[in-house]
Amino acid sequence: MINLTRRIGAWGICLVQDLGRTGQFLLYALYSVIRRPGRPIHVLKQINFIGTKSLFVIILTAAFTGMVLGLQGYYTLTKFGSEGMLGTAVALSLIRELGPVLSALMVTGRAGSAITAEIGIMRISEQIDALETMALDPYKYLISPKFIAAMISMPLLCAIFDVVGIYGGWLVGVKLLGVNPGSYFSEMYRSVEWKDVYSGFVKSFSFGLIIAWIGCYKGYYAGHGAEGVSRATTESVVLTSVLILVWDYFLTSILL
Amino acid sequence: MIKMIDIHKSFGSQVVLNGLNLSIPAGEITAVIGPSGEGKSVLIKHIIGLLKPERGDVLIEGKSIVGLHRSQLNQIREKFAMVFQNAALFDSMTVYENVAFPLEEKTNLDREEINQQVKIALQEVGLKNVNSKYPDELSGGMKKRVGLARALLLKPQIILFDEPTTGLDPVIRRAIHQLIKETQKKFGFTAVIVSHDIPDIFDVAHNIAMLYQGKILQFGTADEIVNSEHPVVRQFISGSLDGPINSGVA
Repeated sequence: MINLTRRIGAWGICLVQDLGRTGQFLLYALYSVIRRPGRPIHVLKQINFIGTKSLFVIILTAAFTGMVLGLQGYYTLTKFGSEGMLGTAVALSLIRELGPVLSALMVTGRAGSAITAEIGIMRISEQIDALETMALDPYKYLISPKFIAAMISMPLLCAIFDVVGIYGGWLVGVKLLGVNPGSYFSEMYRSVEWKDVYSGFVKSFSFGLIIAWIGCYKGYYAGHGAEGVSRATTESVVLTSVLILVWDYFLTSILL
Repeated sequence: MIKMIDIHKSFGSQVVLNGLNLSIPAGEITAVIGPSGEGKSVLIKHIIGLLKPERGDVLIEGKSIVGLHRSQLNQIREKFAMVFQNAALFDSMTVYENVAFPLEEKTNLDREEINQQVKIALQEVGLKNVNSKYPDELSGGMKKRVGLARALLLKPQIILFDEPTTGLDPVIRRAIHQLIKETQKKFGFTAVIVSHDIPDIFDVAHNIAMLYQGKILQFGTADEIVNSEHPVVRQFISGSLDGPINSGVA
């Protein structure tokens, strides 16, 4: 019984320590973003990696998400005789919710895992120690550029996701199922407000921060050897995905 | 002058450094020898502030580095360079980019001057036509040479070598030792070498520190260590299985 209590206590202490370290990492990373953002070339390289190279998967996912929304929306709306509202349903679902969340989950799988693996390998092969011994701050050279790139790329990827998704819905709704093309877009213009677009961008910006935060943190504190890096990468993807969904709920309740 | 005073360091329940005291003279080569797993790399990482002691102090030219803020520590680290056991080259950069990296990040030199300095640094360590190769295309000895070229480039006052010849054949090992000796003579830096290479290291180092059970057991010139009467030092130098050092082999 004493052993069990001791184990629970040790686990609790570990958890609190880990949470504290995670928070400290975020604060120091944000401080570095403001005070020591790194050279523009490093930021551009990261924007290329996180943003440009995610374009294909974002466009593909967005197209099919929009198409399935068009299909499902059409069959639901026809029950009420309001298939003219299809454009509004697709656009609002994408702009407010699916665009930011799905694009963030896609980038987590593609770039978040790669960020953790890259920093984790640098950690276990002493490349981060080498930076420190050269009196170069790893936060400035490794972490800040990734934070800035993720926070710039995510809203842009989300915007692309929304546009492609809306045209995916149009393709199915208008071209395949015969919804009036005029009403698809005119209803959308009438119903979508600036607040909807704004909330989508706020979400994707904060999701970018979460992806960079957890991706970098898990890599920076990766365990020993290949197994440590592999575990860190898995944990990074799982934790980032869960955090995105949880944070999405709270942010939606604030922004509604 | 580097001074380590009463350093204590543990990892979990394992005590690695246990009241270690060591003074490393400036402008000379000091080798730290001792059985595997005794904390030689831990010792060297304390000197450059990569690890912090639980108790004790590390003085660099009379200034304590323990408890310094990152930016203050970086000012002290400007004096240092370190050559890692596995060279710790940036694996996504070419040899040229690796060696040029500290110059690009820390100086305002133009491209032409950087090219010139990288060329000279690589020539000094005996490397040619490797500029565009990646670290995984190099042999162990070549990687260590690139690591040394990168370390020498900013003309540090102190260079730390963490097992610079581990895993190399005897010829390359001797070549690396010779290179360290010659460059130290040429540039006059303070060198601290963690090494297992007995007896080669006695030809390279001015001073030898024997680390055992978390403390410096003996510090002296190569001759003093070679002629030591201490049973642990004698056993370690002779490589004998009989003696106070437990080899861990049944």
